[in-house]
Amino acid sequence: MSANQDGANLLEVRGLTKIFGTLTACDHVDLDIAKGEIHALLGENGAGKSTLVKMLFGSLEPNSGEIFWNGQPVRIANPGFAKKLGIGMVFQHFSLFEALTAAENIALSLDDGSPISTIAAKARALSFSYGLPLDPESLVGDLSVGERQRIEIIRCLLQTPQLIILDEPTSVLTPQEADKLFETLERLRSEGKSILYISHRLEEVKRICDRATVLRHGKVVGHCNPREETAASLARMMVGNEVKAVVRAPAEGIETAQPLLEIRALSRKPATPFSIPLKNINLNVRAGEVIGIAGVAGNGQGEFFESVSGEVLQQDAGSVRIRGKDAGGLGITDRRLLGAAFVPEERLGHGAAPRMKLSENLLLSRHATDGKVFVGAGGMVKSEAIYSAAQRIIKAMDVRKSAPDPEAAALSGGNLQKFIVGRELDRKPGVMVVNQPTWGVDAGAAVRIRQALIELARSGSAVLVISQDLDELFEISDAIAVMHNGELSRPLPIAQATFEKIGLLMGGAEPGHAEHALETA
Amino acid sequence: MDITVNILLTIATAATPLLIAAIGELVVERSGVLNLGVEGMMIMGAVGGFGAGYLTGSPWIGLLAAIALGALFSLLFAVMTLSLATNQVATGLSLTLLGLGLSGMMGTSFVGQPGQRLPNLDIPGLTSIPVVGRLLFGQDPIFYISIALTAAVMWFLFRTRTGLTLRSIGDSHTSAHALGIQVIRYRYLAVIFGGACAGLAGGHLSLVYTPQWVENMTAGRGWIALALVVFASWRPWRVLAGAYIFGAVWIGQLHAQAFGIPVPSQLLSSLPYLATVVVLVLISRNKRLTMMNTPASLGQPFVPDR
Repeated sequence: MSANQDGANLLEVRGLTKIFGTLTACDHVDLDIAKGEIHALLGENGAGKSTLVKMLFGSLEPNSGEIFWNGQPVRIANPGFAKKLGIGMVFQHFSLFEALTAAENIALSLDDGSPISTIAAKARALSFSYGLPLDPESLVGDLSVGERQRIEIIRCLLQTPQLIILDEPTSVLTPQEADKLFETLERLRSEGKSILYISHRLEEVKRICDRATVLRHGKVVGHCNPREETAASLARMMVGNEVKAVVRAPAEGIETAQPLLEIRALSRKPATPFSIPLKNINLNVRAGEVIGIAGVAGNGQGEFFESVSGEVLQQDAGSVRIRGKDAGGLGITDRRLLGAAFVPEERLGHGAAPRMKLSENLLLSRHATDGKVFVGAGGMVKSEAIYSAAQRIIKAMDVRKSAPDPEAAALSGGNLQKFIVGRELDRKPGVMVVNQPTWGVDAGAAVRIRQALIELARSGSAVLVISQDLDELFEISDAIAVMHNGELSRPLPIAQATFEKIGLLMGGAEPGHAEHALETA
Repeated sequence: MDITVNILLTIATAATPLLIAAIGELVVERSGVLNLGVEGMMIMGAVGGFGAGYLTGSPWIGLLAAIALGALFSLLFAVMTLSLATNQVATGLSLTLLGLGLSGMMGTSFVGQPGQRLPNLDIPGLTSIPVVGRLLFGQDPIFYISIALTAAVMWFLFRTRTGLTLRSIGDSHTSAHALGIQVIRYRYLAVIFGGACAGLAGGHLSLVYTPQWVENMTAGRGWIALALVVFASWRPWRVLAGAYIFGAVWIGQLHAQAFGIPVPSQLLSSLPYLATVVVLVLISRNKRLTMMNTPASLGQPFVPDR
């Protein structure tokens, strides 16, 4: 099909190829995006979605292939040119400036030269009209990932693009926020705009996308109408074989089991003027169970995780107890020595040191707990031991990478997450605390991580999972508690929990009310 | 009264070259580039300024030559670190060493020659006002340039869109690149601006401060300017405060030494450094402000993947 015969296509891509060293990230990719459609781009981690999108946005140059915009061949040399054409992008790894305010961040991507206050007012109005409330004066460094994404979306919309590329947009949104985003996208479609929607959440692709292109190992393996497919058939196309479902064996004898992680009257003042204070949080996680914590982004989950992991110490040593010992005054390493393991939300910078190799990152988090294995006499590092341990984890979690022991920053987000979770699981910790275990991770890998967490609990550990993905929490949790505005509800046993009840609590219904609703239900 | 005025005037003269060099480096570092070659660019400005003034007989041509030579010298740094992505610390250090050596060689025939001095401002009726007249209307032209430059840089960085863009590049050059900002171009301009400022500061030394050429006449002022930028947490008015505190204590301890007070002269000579560090640390205690003002990508080479 030649570009000139079909005028309805906004963007056409023919034979686009990108080679990194020996890896062909995109291999003769063809893609058509019509005017006024929502087009899904599906694929596992490392399938080449991000590479393809970066070429469309001008941040990578293809080795070969052609791009047609409105039927005209174009060479998208840089992101500035892409913006001029009318291509807007919402990044998965956010491209925001932490030291600047939301309004300043937005102003930077607009070229109209209007004053910041005007832009702030416009952004505020637009954000409210699309149901994505935003305070333009807030400093990005203080915001949660969910709030940062709102800035990215608003920034993109203010550029009035013809084609909007969204990379995993709903991974940090609540169901209600996601619904609002879908309304936004449908409104944009009705305005004649085109959307390229990258996601691994097959249900939402089925719900809002008109067409889908599926990538596997850099090649297009199929085009389809997602509405005519099932989630299982889409997953099969992506992965190439059947995706296993998570199996949650019934937890036995939990009621009498010993609590391994106890949070008692944990409170914390806000660290910065924009962060959330924690108010009198109480929670027990017993051996053998998985407790999930749900909540809208930015309701204190990050602060709670920092307090539990020891990134921030508590005044009251008894407010966090690990395996029966007061740990509130202990740092991360000492808490690890008590048998706890932690997986923070931010992979680069918290979960892993970006410019260090995977084996070195392994040593960084486990030099104390596995000192004898990894560190020899006189503090010498046993390079072979850490290398082989890293390879063991890479194999166990099926981490895809381009070199035997690459830098953490060289891995895609999902693959790095697999490694970080695998690194902690490999220790068989007695207490495991995970914040956003599968954010940006594809279906196959997410199942693997979730299954591993359940199995860890069933083998006698206490597992606490903080997540904004409700499907995930319902899949793996034995009970779900909800965090709202720095307060934590009592955990609802999974048998009694429904999306509606949890959603009410997330929206700020009093815990008492929800329990009342629960009793009358 | 006259003594006080004279002391204040010497303080301004001592602070001016520090202020100009530091303000230039502040803009460079705000764009995320660490140029440790300030001392080298400054000494090039000093020798160029003196030489051009001496050969043409016009201190004004000397002034222009100082600026041009500083800028030209920084261009070398820019090509190395920005286009060839060399290590900024190593390149900056070698720029300083090169500048000190090269200026010594260029200036051999200038040693001991009488130099040109930029005339002080003299406005009839205003300069002769007692006390304030000489302070406000009777100083050298570069003093006025330094104050105007500080105000202009403050306005540029925090009030203009281009300034915002420059700060954003310093915060994260990868994000800036993803937005389509021409990272390298901005950094080139910032580095050249910093070089021009350092050259002007050097020109102040050889055209105003001591109108003659002496090898190594910058005497570490480039390094003090670099330290001022960091201790001032990359904020222009704090650089101004730091430069004047340094100048004041410097002049103060010179007078104290002249009076022969019974304190070891080494201790007195270290006072300006101590006082500046203490004061600037005290005013930059606010962690949040420091976080907002520190260029996060400082010193990292930027190589866009293609």
